[in-house]
Amino acid sequence: MILILSSKFQIQNSFMLFNKLTITKVHQGLKSKEFSATELTSAILEQIKKRDKEIGAYLTVAGDSALSQAKKVDEKIKKGEEIGILEGVPVAIKDNILVKDIKCTAASKILENYIAPYDATVIKKLKKVGAVIVGKTNLDEFAMGSSTENSAFGITRNPHDLERVPGGSSGGSAAAVAADECIYALGSDTGGSIRQPACFCGVVGLKPTYGRVSRYGLMAMASSLDQIGPLTKTVEDAKIVLEAISGKDGLDSTSVDITTRTVLVANRYEDSPRSKQDIKIGLPKEYFIKGLDPAVEKVIKKAISKFEQMGAEIIEISLPHTEYALAAYYIIMPAEVSANLARYDGIKYGLSEKGDNLLDVYLKTRQRGFGQEPRRRIILGAYTLSAGYYEAYYLKAQKARTLIKKDFEEAFKKVDVLITPVSPTPAFKIGEKIDDPLKMYLSDIYTVPINLAGLPAISVPCGQVGNLPIGLQIIGKHFDEERILDLAQ
Amino acid sequence: MKLSKQQVEHVAKLARLGITEKEKEKFRKELSAILGFVEKLNEAKTEGVEPTAHITGLQNVTREDESGMTNQESREKIMKLAPKRKNGYVKVKAIL
Repeated sequence: MILILSSKFQIQNSFMLFNKLTITKVHQGLKSKEFSATELTSAILEQIKKRDKEIGAYLTVAGDSALSQAKKVDEKIKKGEEIGILEGVPVAIKDNILVKDIKCTAASKILENYIAPYDATVIKKLKKVGAVIVGKTNLDEFAMGSSTENSAFGITRNPHDLERVPGGSSGGSAAAVAADECIYALGSDTGGSIRQPACFCGVVGLKPTYGRVSRYGLMAMASSLDQIGPLTKTVEDAKIVLEAISGKDGLDSTSVDITTRTVLVANRYEDSPRSKQDIKIGLPKEYFIKGLDPAVEKVIKKAISKFEQMGAEIIEISLPHTEYALAAYYIIMPAEVSANLARYDGIKYGLSEKGDNLLDVYLKTRQRGFGQEPRRRIILGAYTLSAGYYEAYYLKAQKARTLIKKDFEEAFKKVDVLITPVSPTPAFKIGEKIDDPLKMYLSDIYTVPINLAGLPAISVPCGQVGNLPIGLQIIGKHFDEERILDLAQ
Repeated sequence: MKLSKQQVEHVAKLARLGITEKEKEKFRKELSAILGFVEKLNEAKTEGVEPTAHITGLQNVTREDESGMTNQESREKIMKLAPKRKNGYVKVKAIL
């Protein structure tokens, strides 16, 4: 009797630690029956209950459906069937990605009661491999922001320092991973929204090449820039999730099948694998300038010298048009935003205010439904696209985009990857930048050019300043995720 | 580039965005600052440079011109989301 009690106590005790595991460790544990999928999901739900009051990572927790999915996996294990690497593993989903029959708000009042009628392609893929969807995470409204302070439903706090922001816009996803409130998460990245929060929260965040992952079922912000990607505890995990969610999708015409090479994929890593010792790493000199916090620079430089000690060749290169990237981004992105957010009109779904006539319904619905940042960007985008300004702003920005893209093409003739900081500073204080939009925009300076060029990039933790994590950004050629993942590892 | 209050008002209406008097002034200031910042682009030498709209070089992806959504369950779910409905249609205020 006593023996049984004590072993039960031990299970209870270790039970609480399952939520800290990585995908690979969870898979081993489930396979060897160290713990069940139900126990794991319960541990995650328990951690959310305990920790999320102060963090605020989740907008919706889908406990019942998560547990019933976990049970299905356990039955399969009991029958001795093989399980896939993501089967039974709890995942958190950014609340701008549709999960059928679960609320999807984009952290906006205009979609406060919107229930997703279908699954995004990435969700369909994850469900097919048996993932356990735990809930939906907080974000800046419609993914517009760098701090998750623009959510209509409250802020998210950085698990490393509750007085600081988790970054954004995938701040809820990054904080959920960092606080062990899920095993991994999905986010979306338009100008840094996966990489910057990953950096601030000390987790791994990967923005895949534009077109590698289907955007079907992701609420569109800026369609020529948006990509879905993983936030994980290790680089190995990011690789596993990328494999599961990527691929050509008939429902997203910009998605690409890399195996049939419908696009030019020059000199991919898989065609010319080289060891870490032979790799050529480029350091863009325009990224190591005034404005970069010296403490951050020190951590980044130390990480780079480690690569050098391992035998990598470090080459200083130039991306001469870098200074135009942020300006081009803040024309192209709001222009696309103003078009994409036109669909929220109070007619088809979402909030609908009463009005005297149709125009009045539109004006009132969109006034009450959208927060400050979407409103600011809609007006800015409508302005730069309006008659008389289109050429001066939008067309000029698209031409600058070509120059930025060419900078990277030139650089990749000399080197295999580029290494830069992710953010000029560690996580900033809550409230520090929220009243100054331009100041907030400047925090995306190292991540935005990569979206404009459509390249893959990863943020990996590489050290700390005080108790705040610092991330290193590794940028690769188009569709060359494998090389940056391998180097990051 | 300095925006006037009238310009903010005009563009907001084009974008079907209701806006308060206080906001007009706030947005005028904030957007003028952002437009001032993006003016940097004027320095970029773009003569003879082609604009980039799509980054990986895909061209003209086509599909069969067929409706993808045919099942009743999805139809009902989508219809249920519309704030106003009548006889299986989405109801809209009279335009004329």
